[in-house]
Amino acid sequence: MESRGRFGAFGGQYIPETLMNEIIKLEENYRKFMADEAFCKELDDLLKNYAGRPSLLYYAEKMSKQFGGAQIYLKREDLNHTGSHKINNVLGQVLMAKKMGKTRVIAETGAGQHGVATATAAALLGLSCEIYMGKEDTDRQALNVYRMELLGAKVHAVTSGTMTLKDAINETMRDWVSRVDDTHYVIGSVMGPHPFPMMVGDFQSIISKEAKEQILAATGKLPAAVVACVGGGSNSMGMFRNFIGDPSVRLIGCEAAGKGIDTDQHAATMAKGTVGVFHGMKSYFCQDEYGQIAPVYSISAGLDYPGVGPEHAYLRDSGRAEYVSITDEEAVSAFEYLAKTEGIICAIESAHAVAYVRKLAPTMDPNESIIVCLSGRGDKDVAAIARYRGVNIYE
Amino acid sequence: MSNIKAAFDHGKAFIGFLTAGDPDYETSKACLLALAEGGADLIEVGIPFSDPIAEGPVIQGADLRSLQSGTTTDSVFRLVEEVRDSISCPMVFMTYLNVVFSYGYERFFARCAEVGISGIIIPDMPLEEKEEVRCVASRYGVDTVSLVAPTSRERIRLIASQAEGFIYVVSSLGVTGVRDKIVTDLSGMLSEIRSVTDLPAAIGFGISTPEQARQMAEYADGVIVGSAMVRMVEQYKKDAPQHIYDYVKKMKSALRD
Repeated sequence: MESRGRFGAFGGQYIPETLMNEIIKLEENYRKFMADEAFCKELDDLLKNYAGRPSLLYYAEKMSKQFGGAQIYLKREDLNHTGSHKINNVLGQVLMAKKMGKTRVIAETGAGQHGVATATAAALLGLSCEIYMGKEDTDRQALNVYRMELLGAKVHAVTSGTMTLKDAINETMRDWVSRVDDTHYVIGSVMGPHPFPMMVGDFQSIISKEAKEQILAATGKLPAAVVACVGGGSNSMGMFRNFIGDPSVRLIGCEAAGKGIDTDQHAATMAKGTVGVFHGMKSYFCQDEYGQIAPVYSISAGLDYPGVGPEHAYLRDSGRAEYVSITDEEAVSAFEYLAKTEGIICAIESAHAVAYVRKLAPTMDPNESIIVCLSGRGDKDVAAIARYRGVNIYE
Repeated sequence: MSNIKAAFDHGKAFIGFLTAGDPDYETSKACLLALAEGGADLIEVGIPFSDPIAEGPVIQGADLRSLQSGTTTDSVFRLVEEVRDSISCPMVFMTYLNVVFSYGYERFFARCAEVGISGIIIPDMPLEEKEEVRCVASRYGVDTVSLVAPTSRERIRLIASQAEGFIYVVSSLGVTGVRDKIVTDLSGMLSEIRSVTDLPAAIGFGISTPEQARQMAEYADGVIVGSAMVRMVEQYKKDAPQHIYDYVKKMKSALRD
């Protein structure tokens, strides 16, 4: 990474002046804490004894046999405390916020996983917490709203714009410029102004750090590919980071094609987006010719975002990583397949990655392996999947 | 160097903001003309953006109404072109960086020069990211206006020393919108600015009443009012121009007292 948080041409700090000193201070603190043995020990202890790390690398034998190609390993981030990879980043940021003297944390959330993780860490570390969530998402993820409230957080249903994740981020930014002195904004993905993309990526890189050791122990060699879903891109960046320097490992991100990338109902930023500047960063965005951010759609609230983190934009343009699009139908079908085959109900976000592996694995050699990041568990999605299949259940 | 300085030549300046195309093209044109006729010294024309993160609910509403009525960057240029000859004061744009970036910096600022726009204010572009815009804008004689905020502290001198046109002093933490009270140490901020530059400085965010304007003018060379007038557009729609005209007269006379 170059100076001022650039990944090639992408990244930067495109935010109001009101936040600049805070962002500069945040980076200084981050570098200080990462070099501070006591801080790292405390964070490590939380990750181990509270979040339950390391997460398992599970060999999906039945799936592998059925596909008849590469051996498939699932990195079980769904088994973390709070049920997703989001806790990896949140524990780091909330611990930092506390040490920086902040008394309040705020966060955006799409599917609710990041909101739940933030509310959890805030409860544990004794900070007050407010979560912004699009009205449409509070409706389709009602269970997670109540979970956050149980954890002591205040949840704001955002009714501006498209009432989804991007609007939740807008509102969280507006909150932050109003209360920057006592408040830290826990950005949940590898997006936003520098240092967030770098920092969140660093915190999430524990996924690939563990996975690399685990796959080497299990198979004695590197995987042929690692696959993860991409909304803003935090679990995928976590899955990619420690493999970027291993050119033999394909890095594959799966974004949401919704009802198809040739319809106007998708969230396929890499397939259909263009370069722009939004939410603090230069990156790819779904937008019209005048730079108005486009409404996006996915069955998955966590992938329903019109942009992507700047490091992903860079990995794509440099050719190091590949990005594919997966439709709602493919994701739901993979969600059901994984449940019936391996007895694992994964998040609908993660099911996008599983769906691509269904296509990829059969084309590969049985001597090769693929690691899929199962970024979260799917309890939260059960009602929505039932609705998708036309089944009425009470939540 | 643009003609922005001229806006501050007749005493304390009244700077008025309106979102172009709100609630529709024709009404918006009439509102801008009323703003000028009422005595505005500088006009800030907002190009609407789908996700205006620095705006409060009032200007968010204006952006939404304008975009829904079909406003595009091209139609805003056309609108300015049509009113420009009838407006004698300098005009600047206020918009988010993605609007300018996606139009293409060269093409955008060439059009600014053609239609008579003297400066640009971009709230999501801090000093650190300013150069990519400034180097193009300056070739077309368009000033890149910088903002200083209550949290800027030691950055104030840095920003002010590299400023162009005028300095936009953000009065309070938070987003745009009417406020009952402004509690920032504006006098301290202004003396920091004055220690490094002769450029005029104007205060914005939260100002709506003649009393507030008078009070702010004690510190600064001008006041910036947006939400208070945008609210008139929202409330009175086609009848908004008359209300805006009366309001600007009142504010101007408060600034003259």
